[in-house]
Amino acid sequence: MPELGSAALLLTFGLALYALIAGGIAAARGMRRLADSARNALVAAFGTTLVASAVLLAALLRNDFSFVYVARTTSEALPTAYTVSAFWGGQEGSLLLWLLVLTGLSALVVARRRPWERELVAWVTPVLGGIAAFFAFLLVAVASPFATQVAPADGAGMNPSLQNPYMLAHPPMLYLGYVGLAVPFAFAMGALLSGRTDERWLVATRRWTLFAWAALGVGQLLGAHWAYVEVGWGGYYAWDPVENAALMPWLAATAFLHSVMIQERRGMLRIWNVLLVILAFALSLFGTFLTRSGVVSSIHSFTQGSLGPWFLAFIALVLAVSLTLVFRRLPQLRSPTRIESVVSREAAFLYNNLLLLALCLTILWGVVYPLLSEALRGEAVVLGRAYYDFFLQAFGLPLLLLMGIGPLVAWRRASLRSLVTTFRWPTAIALVAGLALVWLGAGSSVPGLIAYTFSAFVAATIVLEFVRGARARKALGAATWPGALASLVARNRRRYGGYVVHASIVLLAIGITGSSAFDSVAEARLERGESMSIGAYTLTYRSLEERQTENATEQRAVLEVRRGGRDLGTLEAGKNAYTIEQQVSNEVGIRSDRLTGEDLFVIAEQIAPDGAVTFRVFVKPLVNLIWIAGGVFVLGSLVALWPDAREERRLAARGYEIGVPATR
Amino acid sequence: MTTALVAAVLLAVAVVVVVALPFLREPAPASDALEEPDERERRRVEILERRDRALAALKEIEFDHRTGALNDEDYRSLV
Repeated sequence: MPELGSAALLLTFGLALYALIAGGIAAARGMRRLADSARNALVAAFGTTLVASAVLLAALLRNDFSFVYVARTTSEALPTAYTVSAFWGGQEGSLLLWLLVLTGLSALVVARRRPWERELVAWVTPVLGGIAAFFAFLLVAVASPFATQVAPADGAGMNPSLQNPYMLAHPPMLYLGYVGLAVPFAFAMGALLSGRTDERWLVATRRWTLFAWAALGVGQLLGAHWAYVEVGWGGYYAWDPVENAALMPWLAATAFLHSVMIQERRGMLRIWNVLLVILAFALSLFGTFLTRSGVVSSIHSFTQGSLGPWFLAFIALVLAVSLTLVFRRLPQLRSPTRIESVVSREAAFLYNNLLLLALCLTILWGVVYPLLSEALRGEAVVLGRAYYDFFLQAFGLPLLLLMGIGPLVAWRRASLRSLVTTFRWPTAIALVAGLALVWLGAGSSVPGLIAYTFSAFVAATIVLEFVRGARARKALGAATWPGALASLVARNRRRYGGYVVHASIVLLAIGITGSSAFDSVAEARLERGESMSIGAYTLTYRSLEERQTENATEQRAVLEVRRGGRDLGTLEAGKNAYTIEQQVSNEVGIRSDRLTGEDLFVIAEQIAPDGAVTFRVFVKPLVNLIWIAGGVFVLGSLVALWPDAREERRLAARGYEIGVPATR
Repeated sequence: MTTALVAAVLLAVAVVVVVALPFLREPAPASDALEEPDERERRRVEILERRDRALAALKEIEFDHRTGALNDEDYRSLV
C-alpha cells in the first residue's frame, strides 16, 4: 500500500498549504467561513497523516521489505516492540512522527472553541499550517518513507543501541516536546499578526508550553537513563550535540515559563517573552536539524541525510518573519511598568532568565563552534566536557540558589527585615548541612559542596512554603492537615506545582553532584576466580556464560559482589553480538542500593578468547536520585498542568465584559 | 495497487468535503465576517487585564502576609 501512504502525505501537504494560504487570507480579510474551512483543513491534515502513519506501521509489522525504509531499519529477527520503534528509528519515519504530532496538536488547538481565543486562532491556523506544510513537503519531495524497491530476503536490521525499551518512549516524548513548542510559537505569531498582544496569547498557550516543556524534560531523562543502561560508557549525559539539542529549547522554555509570570503579574517583559518563545521554537527546529541532517558527529545521529539545507532555510525563514513581526509591533509590546527594586521577585526572575539564557547560548556556542571552525578553517574543533562543565557550574549554581530565593521574595520590593525573616531558617539549615558535609568528607569537591549546600537551602525554602501555606489554610478553616495541604495546592496549582518541580530539580542536582563529583572508578583484567576492589565493594569474577537469543549472541561475565564482607549476590556484564546488524554492544551490569541511591556499575570492556575479562567499575553515589527526580518532575508538572476551573471562569467572564459571548 | 488507489481517491473526496463543510453548511450566510474588536474594545481589554492583575496581586499579598512570608511593613507598603 505505498501508493496510499504517498497519496495521504500529498493530501496532508495540500491541506497544510491550504490552511496557510486560505487561513492567512481569511484572517487578514475577516472571512469567517474561509477561516473555518482552513481550520477544518488542519484537522483533516491530522486524519491524512494518521492514514500515512498507519500504512508505514502496517508495513513495518508485516516486514514488508519492498518498502526501502522497512528494509533499512528492521529485520525478520527483530522483536516486535523494536519493529514498532523503527517507526521513528530512521530519518523518514521520525519526520513522519514530527508531522503526526504537529498535525495532532494543531487539530486539538483549532478544535477547541474557547470564545476568548477565537480571534487568535484565526491567525494561529495559517502559522501552524505553514509549519506543517514544511514538514509535509520534506516527506513528499525529499525523504519519503514510502519509496519502494524489489524486496530483499531480509532487512538490514536496527542499530543495536536502539534495541532498548527506552527507545519506545524516549524519542516520542522528545518529539512531543519539540513539536509542542510550535503551539506557543503559533499563538505568539497569531498575537503579533492580529495585533492582539494582550494577555490572551499567554493564557491560551500556558498549558501547551508547560506540556511541551514537561515532555521535553521527561524525554531527556528517559534518554539519559537509556544512555546510562545501554550505551555503556559509565555516564548518562555526555554533552553530545544531539543531547544538547534537546536541552537548549528546554532551557529557553524554562526561562519563558518564569518570565511569563512577570508579564501576567506586572505587565512587564512583553518583548522578552515573545523573543523567548521564538527562540525556543527555533531551537527545537535546530535540534531536529542537528539530529536529522548528519552535520554533527554524535552517538545519537543514527541517520545521515540531505535535509540540512532545507532545515537551515526554514529556520532562517522562521527567524526572519517572526523577528520582523516583533519589530513591527514594538510600540504595542512596550511595557508600561518598570522594575522598582533589584531586590524583588520580578528582579529575581529576571536574573533567573538571564542565567538560563546565558547557559542556553553557551551550549549553543559549544554545538555550533565545531561546525563554524570546520567551515572557516577546515578543521572541526570540538569543545569538550571541561567547557560545558565550567559553564554549568558558573551559571547552574547561582540558578540553583535563585530557585530558593525567587519565589519567596515579595513582588515590587522587599525590605531587609522581611528578607531576614524569610530566609533565616533556610540559611541556617543550609549552613548546618554544609558544615556536616565538610565533616563527612564532601569538601573534596568545592563545586560539589556548594551544590549540596544550595540544594539544602532550596529544599528548606520549599518545605517552609508548604508548612506556612498549610498552616494558613488550617487557620482559614481546613479540618485536617492533609485537607489544608490539598486545599493549598488546589487553590494555586501553578505555584505549588512549581515548588514540586523545584524539588525535583533539587533531587536532580544532588544526584548529578553525587554521581559526577564524588564517584570513583577502577579498572582491572581478571581471570576466573580473581577479585578486584572499589570503595567498600569486592567483585570476584566467577564465570563467563554464552547464550543465543532471537537476534544476538550474548556473552555475560558473572561477578560475585560483596560489600564490607556481606554477600550482595551476583552481577552480570558483557556484550551482545548482533547477527544481522554485524555489530557488538556493551551490556552493563548495574546494582542499585535502594537505601542510599548508590549504583555499582560494571562494564566488561574486553573479553579475551581465553575468558579473561577487562572490567571497568564505577561507584556512583546518589545517582538514583536523578531517576526519582524524573517522577517528582512529572508529578509537579501534572499539578501545574491540571485545568483550573476558576481561571477559565475568570476568562469567560472577561469575554462577557468585552462583549464576546462565552459560548457559541 | 487498485485497492490503494480507490482508498486514496476516497480519502481525497473525504478531505474535500471536510474542507468545504463551512460553505456547504452555510451557502448564503447573513454575515461572513470574523468578529474584529475595535480600538475601544482593545483598550477595555487592557484595562480589564490591569484590573485582574491587581486583584491577583492583592490576593497573593494577602495570602503571603497570612503565611508570614510578608511582614507587616512590606505588606503595608504593597497594599
